[in-house]
Amino acid sequence: MGLVSALEHVVKKPIWDCRMCGQCVLHDTGMTCPMTCPKTLRNGPCGGVREDGHCEVKPEMRCVWVKAEERSRTLPLMPQDWREHFNNLRPPVDNRLQGTSSWQNLLSGRDRETPPGWTPEPAEAEQAEA
Amino acid sequence: MSRLGELLERGDELIITGEAPVIDGGTLADYEAKLAELAPWCDAMNATDNTAAHAHASNVAMAIAMQRLGVEPILQVVCRDKNRIAQQADIMGAALHGVENICCLTGDDVTAGDESEARRVFDLDGPQLIRLASSLREGRYLSGRSVGTPPALVIGAVENPGAPPLDYRAQRAAKKIMAGARYLQLQICYHPDRLEAFVAALHQGGWTERCAILPSVVAVKGAGPLRFMDASVPGISVPAEVIGRVADAAEPAEEAYRLVREQCEHALSLPGVRGLHLTDFRKDGSMARLCTDLGIKPRSEREQHAHHRVVAV
Ligand code: SF4
Repeated sequence: MGLVSALEHVVKKPIWDCRMCGQCVLHDTGMTCPMTCPKTLRNGPCGGVREDGHCEVKPEMRCVWVKAEERSRTLPLMPQDWREHFNNLRPPVDNRLQGTSSWQNLLSGRDRETPPGWTPEPAEAEQAEA
Repeated sequence: MSRLGELLERGDELIITGEAPVIDGGTLADYEAKLAELAPWCDAMNATDNTAAHAHASNVAMAIAMQRLGVEPILQVVCRDKNRIAQQADIMGAALHGVENICCLTGDDVTAGDESEARRVFDLDGPQLIRLASSLREGRYLSGRSVGTPPALVIGAVENPGAPPLDYRAQRAAKKIMAGARYLQLQICYHPDRLEAFVAALHQGGWTERCAILPSVVAVKGAGPLRFMDASVPGISVPAEVIGRVADAAEPAEEAYRLVREQCEHALSLPGVRGLHLTDFRKDGSMARLCTDLGIKPRSEREQHAHHRVVAV
């Protein structure tokens, strides 16, 4: 772990239980880390959320995405576009970035690189047809 | 194109899908017997992917088997057991055998099954898997590499209208529609108000024009399976009144039948609902009774009717 990633871990671990995925989306997810979801879902709650809002996998834990959704609406001092990004389609995790610093990856743009076959929306033709 | 694909394109006729029973050991003949009750009523049936985290004959194998038995399959693909490479291989492999309908799910956790000690994968999540299937349909793998002739995939997904956060569920469905889902099989919902609010939000947002909404119903024989679903199936809650209504009835099996018929009628009455997704746990001939009571014709008759209409136009 480099110096920056070590520092990032020290700051983010206690507050958000950061898992150092290296491609931070906290700002879009109500400042709730989706990597703490047992299924590591990046695009919203699974269909297994319990009636009391707790996690399918860990009944003692509140569903990460129930928390994230609530916070994305209610957290004060959050820029409006962070709230609006909540329902964006986030790309698959790049597993090579595990353990690297998302701060550095943000600065270098590395965290926004996606596989060449990935686009957030289907191609024009298909949309027109739909 | 698959029949499901044609129905989606035509845009107005009823769509009935069904949950095909799983098979473990056995032969094609055994599988045919398992499909026999529900298949005649369905436009297509789900070849499930290790449902509830229990190992069974694989989704791809069951889909190919259905194809051979004259039943149109929907290849269900979940994210729990395989990474993105294997998922793409399964979709392309099934397409090689003519399986075009696919349904993309996040999937239950391994803890829902009988091998909880297994490693969970979830390399992708449900919405990402839908987008990946759209890429394959557009002719490329996630890597950007060409698939050669693109498969005419008919892509669907699921959503649970009855699980928290309730107000967000329709938005999540919209996200899946934007990613490429053209039909949504909903999780069974024992709260009619939640189903209603969910479908209304999608309908008002114009999403139901782009995507067929198919609420699920599950035919059970008594209160036992309702209690089981409430206690043990992730994301399903069955209100005590509903369980009590069946448990306390003079004829629980008959009351359970009335319940499922009411659920069908209610779902079909909602603007924006295109059809139903049927699961049969009764296995006592109730599917024919249910469809007849609802005025739903067997697939073969609906198909003929549609052909007549095309000729008449
Ligand atoms: S219930 Fe919530 S936290 Fe638990 S696996 Fe599902 S989405 Fe993740």
